[in-house]
Amino acid sequence: MENIYIAIVLAPLIAAALAGLFGHKIGRAGAHWVTILGVGVSLVLSLFVFWKLVYDGGEPFNGTVYSWAAMGRISFEVGFLVDRLTVLMMCVVTFVSLCVHVYTIGYMHDDDGYQRFFSYISLFTFAMLMLVMSNNFLQLFFGWEAVGVVSYLLIGFWYKRPTAIFANLKAFLVNRVGDFGFLLGIAALAMATGTLDYAATFSDADRLSHLSIEIIGGHPWSLLTFACICLFVGAMGKSAQMPLHVWLPDSMEGPTPISALIHAATMVTAGIFMVARMSPLFELSQTALAVVITIGAITAFLTGLLGIVQQDIKRVIAYSTLSQLGYMTVALGASAYAAGIFHLMTHAFFKALLFLAAGSVIIAMHHEQDIRKMGGLRKHLPITYWTSVIGTLALIGFPGFAGFFSKDALIEAVHASTTPGHTLAYWSVLLGVFVTSLYSFRLLFVVFHGKERMDHHTKEHLHETPWVVTGPLIALAIPSVVIGWLTIGPVLFGDYFEHAIFTLAAQNPLHEMEEEFHGPLQFVLHGFTGPAVYLALLGAGVAYWLYVLRTDIPARLLITLAPLNRVLQNKYYFDWFNENVLARGSRGLGGLLWKVGDQTLIDGGMVNGSARLVGIVSVVARGLQSGYLYHYAFAMIVGLAAFVGWLVLR
Amino acid sequence: MIITTAHYLVLAAVLFSLAVAGIFINRKNVILLLMCIELMLLAVNFNFIAFSRMWNDTLGQVFVFFILTVAAAEAAIGLAILVVLFRNTRSINVEELDRLKG
Repeated sequence: MENIYIAIVLAPLIAAALAGLFGHKIGRAGAHWVTILGVGVSLVLSLFVFWKLVYDGGEPFNGTVYSWAAMGRISFEVGFLVDRLTVLMMCVVTFVSLCVHVYTIGYMHDDDGYQRFFSYISLFTFAMLMLVMSNNFLQLFFGWEAVGVVSYLLIGFWYKRPTAIFANLKAFLVNRVGDFGFLLGIAALAMATGTLDYAATFSDADRLSHLSIEIIGGHPWSLLTFACICLFVGAMGKSAQMPLHVWLPDSMEGPTPISALIHAATMVTAGIFMVARMSPLFELSQTALAVVITIGAITAFLTGLLGIVQQDIKRVIAYSTLSQLGYMTVALGASAYAAGIFHLMTHAFFKALLFLAAGSVIIAMHHEQDIRKMGGLRKHLPITYWTSVIGTLALIGFPGFAGFFSKDALIEAVHASTTPGHTLAYWSVLLGVFVTSLYSFRLLFVVFHGKERMDHHTKEHLHETPWVVTGPLIALAIPSVVIGWLTIGPVLFGDYFEHAIFTLAAQNPLHEMEEEFHGPLQFVLHGFTGPAVYLALLGAGVAYWLYVLRTDIPARLLITLAPLNRVLQNKYYFDWFNENVLARGSRGLGGLLWKVGDQTLIDGGMVNGSARLVGIVSVVARGLQSGYLYHYAFAMIVGLAAFVGWLVLR
Repeated sequence: MIITTAHYLVLAAVLFSLAVAGIFINRKNVILLLMCIELMLLAVNFNFIAFSRMWNDTLGQVFVFFILTVAAAEAAIGLAILVVLFRNTRSINVEELDRLKG
């Protein structure tokens, strides 16, 4: 089995190297075939491992493949931990990645960087697999940074656009803030346990929860809480939680397939995955869980509101992604890790679907992304339209679709949770359902229904996109409908995650729900007794009323609610704050240190000052150097006399 | 009047001081410098002989011979340098010899 795991990881890497280094030799077709083959091999092998592990009674694998270095007590290793959590992520990552690879053939058809693009997305698949399959913190960090680098490269893929360069730099810097916390968390754990290995760290968790650490002298803190919050800061960066979410909307500067793969389906969920993986640690710290649930709740609700006012088709979906990531984080904070991962999985499918559908619209509109210039596309793009409808229904949690199962279970779990702050979280995810539904259907109605607002030229060329684009849409639409039916039982209420995720029985909200669960159909019916479904339908109804029936109302609402609109248009002034306070402040501080510290004190005082002092002394000393022998002799005699005099008289 | 060691020492000191003064005050002639150095050495020799007599130890007188030998050699070298110096600068004026000036 070990060779299979290595093959799963290396196949995309080799494909990326071939497409990247020999892109000119193998040509455009060669580049997409070799990378699709690489990711395809990974997908097939991942499914095989899944089958082996889940249906064939295979044992989870945890072993070291290669020892890189050993420093004192800590050894740096490359190893794999393949249990049911990992294999689920592997299948999701490789499946979405394959869909995106195929889709890219259509989307990037006319682009000069064709081979480069395929190389990058294959490299991303490699990095993401390294991240999820890791069995130690070092490799986790490697994967974590590697996906960050590929994300940086791909946001700035069109490197001649200033906005793209700005966006990728922003993403990189914001992620650096998160990674700093992440690294501190890893360091805290390594310091306390002396190992980087997951299994060894987790088995030490009980001892860790009794240790304390003094960050500020005299205020001891639980070491485990400190480490967990630091790790979660890393997750906030990667999974774009407030206030480190600012990079994700800007990352839409990258090509759409990337937005689907990296900034919706997989990479941004790395933080969620990581927290679920660290469940044996988080579970023992109520404080850390409270932080997680609060941050998640704020993100889930506030970023959803922003989605309502955006005019760029991709940005609406980007804010939706932020909001859904908030949902997952709330689930983690509520100790319902399985619900978080379940929502991660369903979200990966329908959000990738929505992004790819948006990409399909963008292709048809000749790279126009403003939804005000769309409308009535339903007739021209039937496949895109219907797959978008499926994606939207899944996103809002329409009964029976994938999103319904995960979101409803999640909301129930938060309701039953005991984590401090769960009341706020419950209300925010519940109201979030209405908001989600409102912005999703707003997008759907404005883009696909109503008057056709595009110019004459674009309208003439409107036609359904080629099969390489619609194929992946259909491939993703199928799991968006059925994956919930198929997997809710075992994943959420069964023993699927029994060994992979650790939950204290006392604070496991899913445990209670498990007794009431009697199959997916009953779960759907049970959903109608809760408020979430009605809120979703209400949101859809309001969107229909506002954007189909009475299209004059939104404009009037904008005037009535101008202050609120201004806050939303400025995205709660986070960017303003970052640019004017943090960036300008640190630039000012840097300038101050440069002028005063560097130029005046170090350069002026210490470097030039000491040189000047030597100069002054030497000018004085030069006066003594007359060059006359008798002066020197006189000085010697006087000196000798003084010395002897001192010897005699002392 | 009995001539004691102290008298010798005073004589040596006077000679030495004269030599030093000669070095300081002389601004004209390098040869005078050399002669002053010789005079200093003689002052030192006086001391050696005086103490040698005082302690009845001939080692001091032996030392004087060595110093005289070295002084002769030194005078020879000094004069040789002086000749070379004169060839280069056409002058033995001390006032003009200030190439060591910083």
